[in-house]
Amino acid sequence: MNTVNIIPLFVIIPLFSAFFISFIGRFVKRAYINLVSVIACSSLLFLSFSGLNLLRSSAAPALVYKIGGWAPPFGICMVLDGLTNFMLITVNLVAFFVSIYSLNYMDKYTDRPKFLTLFFLMLTGMNGLIVTGDLFNLFVFLEIASIASYALVAFGTEAEELEASFKYTIMGSLASSFIFVGIAFLYGFTSTLNMADMASILSAKQNIWIVNFVAVLFLMGFGLKAALMPFHGWIADAHPSAPASISAMLSGVLIKTLGIYALMRVFFNVLGMTDAYLSVLMFLGSLSIIVAVILALSQWDLKRLLAYHSISQIGYVVLGIGLGTPLGILGGLFHLFNHSIFKSLLFLTSGAIDYSTGTRDLKEMSGLREKLPVTAKTNLIASMSIAGIPPFNGFFSKLIIIFACIQKGCIGYALAAVIGSILTLASFTKVQKFAFFGELKEKYKAITEVPLAMKLSMIGLAIICILGGFLLLPSFRFFLNDAVGVLLEGRDYAKIILK
Amino acid sequence: MSLYLLCLTLFCIGLYGVLRKRNIVKIIIGLAIIEYSINLFFVLLGYRFHGRAPIDAQDQNILNMVDPLPQALVLTSIVIGLGVTALLISIAIRLYEKYGTFDITKIRRLKG
Repeated sequence: MNTVNIIPLFVIIPLFSAFFISFIGRFVKRAYINLVSVIACSSLLFLSFSGLNLLRSSAAPALVYKIGGWAPPFGICMVLDGLTNFMLITVNLVAFFVSIYSLNYMDKYTDRPKFLTLFFLMLTGMNGLIVTGDLFNLFVFLEIASIASYALVAFGTEAEELEASFKYTIMGSLASSFIFVGIAFLYGFTSTLNMADMASILSAKQNIWIVNFVAVLFLMGFGLKAALMPFHGWIADAHPSAPASISAMLSGVLIKTLGIYALMRVFFNVLGMTDAYLSVLMFLGSLSIIVAVILALSQWDLKRLLAYHSISQIGYVVLGIGLGTPLGILGGLFHLFNHSIFKSLLFLTSGAIDYSTGTRDLKEMSGLREKLPVTAKTNLIASMSIAGIPPFNGFFSKLIIIFACIQKGCIGYALAAVIGSILTLASFTKVQKFAFFGELKEKYKAITEVPLAMKLSMIGLAIICILGGFLLLPSFRFFLNDAVGVLLEGRDYAKIILK
Repeated sequence: MSLYLLCLTLFCIGLYGVLRKRNIVKIIIGLAIIEYSINLFFVLLGYRFHGRAPIDAQDQNILNMVDPLPQALVLTSIVIGLGVTALLISIAIRLYEKYGTFDITKIRRLKG
């Protein structure tokens, strides 16, 4: 099999399974649908690891698949480079665990085929957005993922969920409109849509105001998708309203793929990063860290608290990337990976609590540690990861980001990161105290631990949380270093793709 | 130039609708106006005055032709806009069933 031919499979497999499931869903038993979904997710996970292997063994900086055999500046191409591999593994790893978790969790809801259809469409959008090398194609995949997520937020069709979905849809479409205007300006200016070609044309022209204008439009659009601080209004409503397995996908990978990845790709590889953009990103990142964590402290709804923490942790990622130094970008990307693991684990445990006790209110729960031992332990691991306690993975990435801040001389930002981390710890101490410790309430005497599939996926993610720090060891370092290399090469991206 | 300014005006009208109107159906219409203004802008980018369709035929010398790519892109964008509008309207119908009103200021059970 030709090596580059695996790249389109990242789009084909989820897209096919989405419509296959919705087609057969009415006629076959639920077990078969579950089987299809797990097979599709595990094959995607396998493919992303084999993609990593292929790129390492081919020794080329990037593999390019040309759709229909059309050469890059004219046709649409799909690119597999270090950053793509990194994001694909992150997304498909979380998707795999979520698909296992959904086997039992989605029993609460009716109409599993429609749920899985939307889930796979969202996965199509994210995988497609990651592998594509064409700016308009990126927009189309972004819209596929967004529209699927709008529908998934409203999946329960209760009053609150519909309200959250309405707000999310209005804001998300507005963000997409800004991104579309940005693409229109760039197309009008460069007469091309291929990102590599666009980068080489833009680097040939100097000092152009239109690039700054487009950068602002993209910052608004992708920033809203990523829930950066001034654009965060929708996240606290939308993420808690979705089913827990979808919240894990939304908070774990969707905001990173649609927001952070697209932002990084466009800013570093196409528009070209300047110090002005970097300082804006750093400021917004540290603003998110501090303000969101303070908002999170006063929340009593467990999932809403987690959603505010998502904003705060996204702030760390953006701060790390905004530093622009190799160490800072390494820390940012590592934190992106770690956050997708522990935040999806936290949402899954909150779903497990909801599944057993039927509540999300922290004041209602107490002493669940005795009745839900697996949930309590995995939640403890994830809480310590997010708060940055050694030796869990969150500690290492936060440490790298803080070191990178000090190395660049930004003491204020380093201080913001430390304060954010302390307040995160306070907030999760509150979760532990109210949810798992204390006296068990009378009405929860009869509850039981969640079913096996949910336990398995939570334990799997918890193991990754514990072992995540090993990615920094020299023998595994290439996974992160290749991704950092792609961002640092900047507009030289064009030469690699177009050669 | 004035055509582009008209696009901007249309965009601002749509933005006004989204931000200031209280009826959710009017908000959806505002969003649709924004989408139309952007589509119009993108088509205008590819337009050439006194241009003609880019059809390559024998014995014809095409000097001034319209850029066809924005038209293809805008078609895609219109379909995406249709999908979003359909989703929003179905959510609005469900919201009316739950809350009994289209007023966005009365639809606020989520806080914090």
